[in-house]
Amino acid sequence: MTIVGRFEIEARQYLDVQGRALQTLPESAREPELLVSLYRQMVLARAFDQKMLALQRTGQLGTFASGLGKEAIDIGVTSAMRAEDSLLITYRETVAQLARGVSMLEILLYWGGDERGSNYAVPRTDFPVCITIASHCCHAVGAAYAMKLRRQPRVAVCMIGDGASSKGEFYEALNGAGTWQLPVVFVVTNNQWAISVPRKVQSAAQTLAQKAIAAGIPGIQVDGNDLVAVRQVALEAIERARAGGGATLIEAVSYRLADHTTADDASRYRDADEVAAAWQREPIGRLRNYLLGIEAWSKSDEEALLRRCADQVQEATQAYLDHPAPAPAQMFDQLYASLPAALAPQRRQALAKGTADAAGHAG
Amino acid sequence: MPQVTLVEAVNLALARAMADDAEVLVLGQDVGTDGGVFRATVGLLERFGPERVIDTPLAEQLITGMTIGMAAEGLKPVAEIQFSGFGYVCIDQILNHAGRMRHRTQGRISCPMVMRTPCGAGIHPPEHHSESPEAMFAHIPGIRVVYPSSPRRAYGLLLAAIQDPDPVVFLEPTRLYRLFKEEVEDDAKPLALDTCFTLREGTDITLVTWGAMVHETLQVASRLEQEGLFAEVIDVATLRPLDMDTILASVAKTGRCVVVTEAPRSGSFAAEIAANLAEHGLLSLFAPVTRVASYDVVVPLSRLEAAYMPGTERILDAVRKCLAFG
Repeated sequence: MTIVGRFEIEARQYLDVQGRALQTLPESAREPELLVSLYRQMVLARAFDQKMLALQRTGQLGTFASGLGKEAIDIGVTSAMRAEDSLLITYRETVAQLARGVSMLEILLYWGGDERGSNYAVPRTDFPVCITIASHCCHAVGAAYAMKLRRQPRVAVCMIGDGASSKGEFYEALNGAGTWQLPVVFVVTNNQWAISVPRKVQSAAQTLAQKAIAAGIPGIQVDGNDLVAVRQVALEAIERARAGGGATLIEAVSYRLADHTTADDASRYRDADEVAAAWQREPIGRLRNYLLGIEAWSKSDEEALLRRCADQVQEATQAYLDHPAPAPAQMFDQLYASLPAALAPQRRQALAKGTADAAGHAG
Repeated sequence: MPQVTLVEAVNLALARAMADDAEVLVLGQDVGTDGGVFRATVGLLERFGPERVIDTPLAEQLITGMTIGMAAEGLKPVAEIQFSGFGYVCIDQILNHAGRMRHRTQGRISCPMVMRTPCGAGIHPPEHHSESPEAMFAHIPGIRVVYPSSPRRAYGLLLAAIQDPDPVVFLEPTRLYRLFKEEVEDDAKPLALDTCFTLREGTDITLVTWGAMVHETLQVASRLEQEGLFAEVIDVATLRPLDMDTILASVAKTGRCVVVTEAPRSGSFAAEIAANLAEHGLLSLFAPVTRVASYDVVVPLSRLEAAYMPGTERILDAVRKCLAFG
């Protein structure tokens, strides 16, 4: 017998579930002020997430997918990116959007049913939320190809969930990224549940990271509740991509603490015990414990932070509630670069409220 | 001026666009070394190099999806899907992403891409190589669907499609790829999109068609002329957005209309044109609008192709009934 290939998958963790360092922290986590600032972002994002849920429950926001429990993944990955890189996300990456500079108002507008929420003032080159699963993996490959072609030192970072790792477009994208050695990093949030389908039904593969092997790119697993580990692994992958070293697949192992969306009831398909156990591993408490342990954070810091977060979220909520609805012309005005003649009669009809004017001919 | 075939005109337009704009690139299976299975991209690799003439893995969703990613980054990619029967998996990317990117981001990101694919029956190929998917693409908001029917229009419309700031699905009639030649000046001049081309003027009946069926329809018009009947022949060319004004103006003149398509009849783009005529041109009509289409069946393998496609006899028959009505 001849062995023609051998492969292994590394798993990375720096902080244990109590927030104690398991090993010397990497250079990227030695500055306590930086960790404190990332911790603040995580807490703010969670406060915002909880407000969005409350707004949905009171009929003031549409269906919304909570990112509860994945704060370390989103903040770890985005803090490893540069402003000029491009982020491609799904509907569960509100925390990452906030960290990239998308405003709370824009995020609220989007989930409140207003396309203007995807016209980010910052960051202009990040892609809009992708709802259809894994299709944006291919966009990331194209964006990365453009960056490489233009000799730009930029990286495309594509975030997906464990369910997306079952899709053809995910495999096609990984394969293409490997073929051309493109500056793209795929981050799979393995939160154990694709709506009601558990990870073990999703794939017989031992890890999701090993799906990289067939594409000829590195795959690595990381504790997705450990901000230090996620940030370090993302930094390594993103900087290697920037330096021309090609693509990486990161599997960040975490747990979806919330329902799939506000239209879902996860108690139908999973045990309360499992969720309670997952809360013991969640990322924010873990980092807080570490920061308290090195005396970079205090109880009064925490109280002041929570107050400030509540104010900031309330201010954004008010701005959202006060925002005027879009005009019906919006349906037409950005569909094409300029309005095709065939659409003009339909646009007129949409604007002429209450008239019986017949719609124009075919668009 | 050189005499070129339709597929040579496509090649000419691609080379011209790439020479004039460094942001234009082509990608797809076999487009590089092989020059495309129909040779539409022949010579481009040598001229423009492998970074801009990209042989891709065999993966249509990747090709379409990465084209969208490139376009979102501001490049002008032209993707080739080898046969339109393999392009159905691309409809998800075109519908859910390409057609919506500008609207979804309110103009922040646009999608200036072209997806080219050969269409239609009549070349005796294996299964899935003879599809006519234009109605499926033409149903999608936010995109353009362009279907040239001659070398000159292929050249000018493809240049226009590449320069267009929005996504274009560019359907190429396989049957006409090498059927005839036309003088095409490589003058870098695009033809107008969103507009029909009136190929023959006439007063007795309007024949509306696109793609390969333009060929048979023109033959029918010539036959009618020998009998002293003058058909106006309209090549729709851009199916979406549809220039219905030209068709309505013609029908206002002739009072009769036959729409010819190679696609199955039900839900075809011919039905869209017929419905528009019923809605907006009823008072001009002396006879019901008639569709000549393929049957509502799977495109057969080669031995039944001729029976499936609407040839000149079926078109003539419909025209005579339309002229005799009332």
